[in-house]
Amino acid sequence: MISRRDFLKNAATGLVGLTLPLAAVEIVSPLKLFAAKSEKAPVRWAFLLNTYKCVGCGFCVKACKTENEIPYDANVTRTWVERYVRRKDGRVFADTPKGARDGFISGMIDLGEGKYQEINNEDIDKAFFVPKLCNQCENPPCVQVCPVGATYQTKEGVVLVDRSWCIGCGYCIMACPYGVRFFHPVYHVAEKCNFCYHRINQGLKPACVDACPFGARMIANIKDANDPVTKIIMTERVSVLKSEYGTKPQAYYIGMDEEVR
Amino acid sequence: MTVHGELWTIKELFVLPNEYIYWSIQIVMYPFMTGLVAGAFVLSSLYHVFGIKQLQNMARFSLVFSFALLPVAMMPLMLHLQQPQRGIEVLMTPHFTSAIAAFGIVFSTYGAIVASELWFVYRKHFVDTALSLRKKTDGSLLDKIKHLFFSALTLGAHDVSEAALHRDEKAVKILAGIGIPVACFLHGYAGFIFGSVKANALWMTPLMPVIFIMSAVVSGIALCMLTYIVVMEIKKLRAGPQEVGSLHLAAREVIKGLELNEIRITARYLLFFLIFAISLELLDLIFRGYTAVKTWDILRSVIYGKDFADIFILQYGVGNLLPFILFLLPRLTVRRAAVGVILVLFGVFMMRWNVVIGGQSFSLTFAGYMQYHLPIIPHNWETFKEGLGGALLVAATPFILFGIFSKVLPVFNRNPEEYPE
Repeated sequence: MISRRDFLKNAATGLVGLTLPLAAVEIVSPLKLFAAKSEKAPVRWAFLLNTYKCVGCGFCVKACKTENEIPYDANVTRTWVERYVRRKDGRVFADTPKGARDGFISGMIDLGEGKYQEINNEDIDKAFFVPKLCNQCENPPCVQVCPVGATYQTKEGVVLVDRSWCIGCGYCIMACPYGVRFFHPVYHVAEKCNFCYHRINQGLKPACVDACPFGARMIANIKDANDPVTKIIMTERVSVLKSEYGTKPQAYYIGMDEEVR
Repeated sequence: MTVHGELWTIKELFVLPNEYIYWSIQIVMYPFMTGLVAGAFVLSSLYHVFGIKQLQNMARFSLVFSFALLPVAMMPLMLHLQQPQRGIEVLMTPHFTSAIAAFGIVFSTYGAIVASELWFVYRKHFVDTALSLRKKTDGSLLDKIKHLFFSALTLGAHDVSEAALHRDEKAVKILAGIGIPVACFLHGYAGFIFGSVKANALWMTPLMPVIFIMSAVVSGIALCMLTYIVVMEIKKLRAGPQEVGSLHLAAREVIKGLELNEIRITARYLLFFLIFAISLELLDLIFRGYTAVKTWDILRSVIYGKDFADIFILQYGVGNLLPFILFLLPRLTVRRAAVGVILVLFGVFMMRWNVVIGGQSFSLTFAGYMQYHLPIIPHNWETFKEGLGGALLVAATPFILFGIFSKVLPVFNRNPEEYPE
């Protein structure tokens, strides 16, 4: 027969014994330690795109598809290039045939449904190419609307998708003002550009940056003041896409035009 | 390799490579079905809470119907998901910044309210049935199972004294009272799912939840009226030729008179909510045109151009104006009411269509369009579930469920004193 005093004593010891190891685990949790030590992550990835340098070759799209295993013939892509042509009569034409995977091999504008628009060179006021990819927004609407938290922002600012958790509702696709998201044709979950997160974490550059022959695509750690690309973003005149949505996009553009949507 | 959405999307002019009609017919069905749930419940509450006596028959009926519709609100979502086996995650690991994450909480709260209200309404029926089955000594196995079933439904509360029934009545009133805001929330949040998508120029408006609630009530009332008419007509037929004598003729006349009376009163409430719904929708349209922000150019070309027939002829014309006139003309008959409510249901369906599909019919570039082609003949699972077949399946299920439920919960009592209302 156990006395009340003993029972209480043992219970207290047991309780302390039980909680101690738990508390120990809590203390050495590396993630929490890291978060506590570095309140601000030393890295925040951003992109810089120089539209003056882009020629619409589509090497970036090809490289991206290969690197990130997006089926080559599927009509979806993590990055793409748009072509804008403004005629002297004020009309603006734009297209992105197959996301410019094969470059812009024809001078005719793709109007969809198998129709094309011929434009004479002498009628053109201006024409240029604009590469697009995920803006890794500081305030990402796709993360906000995910009903199960399958898409999330890493501490370096990159938005990722957990393929094992996504339910495939498509709400994030609807919420993205930039149209960068789609359903992966093989995994049937939401898919998007992640700045080649697996590469940049290893000190490599994203596949599209490496593939660009003209240096139109650059990646920056905007927390690092000595990063040469960060210097350009900080000192030159750059702009972002659709700032009116309050998403705080982190893909900066040089040579942006009001026609670009 | 085809991508999800590619099979039914046709792109025109400048559309981004990843843009497709991702939210197809099932997402049209989803707000349509939840709207019917919420609307049916609000109709039943008009009687229980506000004591509108004329709606007594309709009230019990619409409550059971709302319960039958409830599981069907989830069906289109499951048919739409790319990973339906993970659908449960919405309930288990909700991410609360998402409007959809509220689904589990709102839906189960609402389900619990409807179920408990039903229990209080039908408690006396359960007790009576259980007791009468118990008395049967020579009962078959089926009777024994039935007895067990109804005994279980009573949850052990066998007290059917005057005082107990009075308490039931009170509980029903309270539950119906709580139920109205919850039903509105259930559907208002469906509107919020769309209205809060800032990337979509057509969807983004704070009016969206209110518009959804109003049209939900309209569609719920319309469906209850329609089903009521169908059930009453069947009753009239059954009370007809196979029986003889003036008594049965009288029974038919009684049913007819009851039916017409009930329909005329409900039609008034239908009109009332219809006016509200149309006013809000027109306000939204006028406001967009008047303020004419950046997105108005593309919206105008969709609303007054590409979708003109769907919006102004099918939705507002056939679905709103025509039934409006039908109901307002004097000496409303059951047949005219039936045509009217079918048109109203069609109108609300078209409203959902024009919101969901219409909202995706233009590109994020504001310089291109997408056309949706509903898959009619399925050639794989995807084109079935997100095609005509899937939509019809969702539309038919509540009626099947209603048929099953009404075996346990008799919706039309012959003796008004039989139930505690």
